[in-house]
Amino acid sequence: MADHQSDLKLTPLHALHTALGGKMVPFAGYAMPVQYPMGILKEHEHARRQAGLFDVSHMGQVRLSGDGGVTGAAAALERLVPVDVLGLAAGRQRYALFTSEAGGILDDLMITNAGDHLFVVVNAACKAQDLAHLQQHLASDCTITPLEDRALLALQGPQAAAVMGRIAPAATQLVFMSAAAIEIGGADCFVTRSGYTGEDGFEISIPAGKAEDVARLLLAEPEVAPIGLGARDSLRLEAGLCLYGHDIDISTTPVEGALVWALSKARRQDGPRPGGYPGAEVILRQLADGAPRRRVGIKPEGRAPVREGAELTDGTGRVIGQVTSGGYGPTVGGPVAMGYVESEFAKPGTALAAVVRGKPHPVAVVKLPFVPLNYYRG
Amino acid sequence: MSERKYTKDHEWVLIEGDVATVGISEHAQEQLGDIVFIELPNAGAEFAQGAQAATVESVKAASEIYAPISGSVVEVNEALVDEPALANSDALGKGWFFKVKIGKPDELGELMDEAAYQKLVDSLD
Repeated sequence: MADHQSDLKLTPLHALHTALGGKMVPFAGYAMPVQYPMGILKEHEHARRQAGLFDVSHMGQVRLSGDGGVTGAAAALERLVPVDVLGLAAGRQRYALFTSEAGGILDDLMITNAGDHLFVVVNAACKAQDLAHLQQHLASDCTITPLEDRALLALQGPQAAAVMGRIAPAATQLVFMSAAAIEIGGADCFVTRSGYTGEDGFEISIPAGKAEDVARLLLAEPEVAPIGLGARDSLRLEAGLCLYGHDIDISTTPVEGALVWALSKARRQDGPRPGGYPGAEVILRQLADGAPRRRVGIKPEGRAPVREGAELTDGTGRVIGQVTSGGYGPTVGGPVAMGYVESEFAKPGTALAAVVRGKPHPVAVVKLPFVPLNYYRG
Repeated sequence: MSERKYTKDHEWVLIEGDVATVGISEHAQEQLGDIVFIELPNAGAEFAQGAQAATVESVKAASEIYAPISGSVVEVNEALVDEPALANSDALGKGWFFKVKIGKPDELGELMDEAAYQKLVDSLD
């Protein structure tokens, strides 16, 4: 599908976005709503207090089935990620990274064991490259199926579970990072309890032809409002979550990116299956010896937002890092940011300056996230 | 008698005697979205027409505000420091940015009147 005015692709919910007054902008080759008439600030607050519905159909959904069933697919995928996929039980989901030979991050992704196959969700901007990567390395023992005929919705916020309780009660049985095939409004959906806001919530994979029906069903609930990409960005930033291409990319390693928690024990030096993925040597060495720089939270003093690209300086004015995401945090009620600093400056409480429009503004290194994470762990 | 004029950069100028009050238009505040911070000039600062005079930070991005006319700043709107959203809710009133002593009265002739500005805005939609 392509827009007449441009070559932008449209999601299965495009007509709904337009009907809802969404302001459409180009994002990763898609026309996506950056906001609705409610506005970014109120949309952000709505998702933190009620429930927000996000169209994330631009993201890549991929089905991996191995010659040896799900175990075969898991063993194959372990060749590309520093993560324990073989140990992922049926119905469980895990965050992972595709790594480069130099130990950089090619993309971040979600892997779910769907019982007889793996269900993988990758970033929109990396979708084509990720599929080629999977084809190149896994085609010999895996069937790789891009699920182009499926939409992806996210329902996020403290009231998300109450809403799902009315529409798809089975979904409320899920805990954070688990998944199930669930019928919603007659559509065969695949639901995970996860998201990108720091709140409890669900991501719902839906056959494209039924996506608008399911979206309208959810929007009809009093707690639910549509939320655009603008608030999605401020919500994830407050939650300390990385945006690929900004906070992590091919030049950052998982250790530098403060994603050590995503490096499974089973794949570390003293684990049962150490290494065996691209860049393992670099990553395992950094895991043991540390990395020269690290991603940290940055809290600017005062009210001026510090944005992506701002240089971070120490007391002498020497540049020791850079902001990779920054803006106004509506829940925090002030500016929030994250970025990379030389490791000796990574300790929370370290006073630095961010250079904004040529002037140094005092900032402090802080622990992420900026808001409490409200995941449902049962 | 006071008269409100506009620039092509979506600022307004309200002229009262030899002082001009400067703010951003309704169209500008709508386009910017929720405004969360405004960096105002210091009183006494002198600007040439077109020089960067202030910065508006919305939830989306930072935008520069250019001096619509040359002059020296005689007063800034301190209320915007604590409540930048005034520039959204009352762009033409309580959301004014600063006042300048008009340096070059000739420059006022280059500004658009209400009708001409509305035509510009309509052409953008």
